[in-house]
Amino acid sequence: MLAATVRVTRDLDEAEEAVQDAYLQALKRWASDGVPDRPGAWLTTVARRTALNGVRHREVLRRKLPLLVEPAAAEPPEPAGPIPDDRLRLVFTCCHPALAQEAQIALTLRLVCGVATADIAHAFLVPEPTMAARITRAKKKIAAARIPYAVPSAEELPARVSVVLTVLHLLYSAGHTAASGDDLVRDELTGRALDLARMLRALLPAVTEVAGLLALLLVHQARRATRTDDAGRLLRLEDQDRARWDTAMVAEADRLVVEALKGGPPGRFGVQAAIAALHAQAPSYAETDWPQILTLYDVLLRLWPSPVVALNRAVALAMVAGPAAALAEIARLEEDGRLAGYRYLPATKADLLHRLGRDAEAAEAYRAALALSDNAVEQEFLAARLSGA
Amino acid sequence: MAQYAVLIYERVAPEDLPKEIMDRHIGLPERIGELGGKVTAGLALQPNETATAIRGDLVTDGPFVETKEVLAGVYVLEARDLDHALACAKLTPVVEGGVEVRPLVDFQVVAD
Repeated sequence: MLAATVRVTRDLDEAEEAVQDAYLQALKRWASDGVPDRPGAWLTTVARRTALNGVRHREVLRRKLPLLVEPAAAEPPEPAGPIPDDRLRLVFTCCHPALAQEAQIALTLRLVCGVATADIAHAFLVPEPTMAARITRAKKKIAAARIPYAVPSAEELPARVSVVLTVLHLLYSAGHTAASGDDLVRDELTGRALDLARMLRALLPAVTEVAGLLALLLVHQARRATRTDDAGRLLRLEDQDRARWDTAMVAEADRLVVEALKGGPPGRFGVQAAIAALHAQAPSYAETDWPQILTLYDVLLRLWPSPVVALNRAVALAMVAGPAAALAEIARLEEDGRLAGYRYLPATKADLLHRLGRDAEAAEAYRAALALSDNAVEQEFLAARLSGA
Repeated sequence: MAQYAVLIYERVAPEDLPKEIMDRHIGLPERIGELGGKVTAGLALQPNETATAIRGDLVTDGPFVETKEVLAGVYVLEARDLDHALACAKLTPVVEGGVEVRPLVDFQVVAD
């Protein structure tokens, strides 16, 4: 509804006001006349009408103030993008690369998903006024710099989709492993991210990376229930009850992975999804196709030379070539320095040392990881590993 | 149409710019015109060392901020929206550095 209204106003604040106004009118009218057959359509129509009135009002004002008459501005051309969908335009506006990433995430939640600012602030552990200011700043930039409300041209589409997918992935990850707090899984954020990925998939069926991202999120979601035990304690992949993984979701992800990888050179999300799907198909941790996973990590590292990817590759390497070979990789990453402060680096190192029987060094690494984690569930897991090491 | 300033940050001094880059600077308004944008003004600045700063009554040598990126020039661009402006600004030839696109204050809208 907001998306349809903003097309009339070209101003997000005005559109939001019009939408809120429509809800108020609905409360009054529906109480006396009953709820219409299609309440959503009713609300959208009313919001757009309110918005249009606002726009006309401003235009009249402008005409009557002769000094301020603007040269007749050409009507902005109808966006020539391949998919004329309001929601999609709104997503591309919120995830415009000219906005800071944290603003992209906040705007997407606020404007595309309609999540209240207070809830967004809570999810990202910042005070509500901070989040409100972040959103206001971003809206101001959209207006001042004229960030268009449009689907990008075909030639820009891949790069712009990549920004959107990164936002959705971050959104899902923020919900999946909240950096602190007591709830490991924040269903609100993961659910929103998954909905958005499905929407994007429906609207951009030809973009293979969208299929890749949706597949990746589906595999995470399929395993979600088994990430913690009954007491809420974190379980490692090798300890999770694979019988409880959602097989329908994994099957859907598999089909999407095939699609993501068949058309042209693979993208980052397609390869990540392929790795996740291989894990999900394996009957057990030990029986996982580790050589294949290692190969995929090599591809991923070329597409996305990130030290986090290199760390994950080291885990696969340990399974193929043994913990000692992986420890050499860990040493390289420690020297590299970019992962300083990243808790999964000492946690992985501790696990490898433990497997080599070097328990004293393992305990030291577990303590280092513990000091870096502020998630209660993770802390408990690491503490348990430490006492077992 | 909206107005933007395109700030050109270039580490290579004007006298050291290759002829090919200078030619592309000269041809830039035409190329932007082909994209439907319009260059309405342009300024090329002498290097940082020639700048004089005035703060209050104090006159000193140099620009305010000494950075690796040197502001070498500015032009005013008319474009439909930010995406259009970015597409036009991408045509700016730069050897080492980049450009920054900033919307200009529209005083008509401010007064409104």
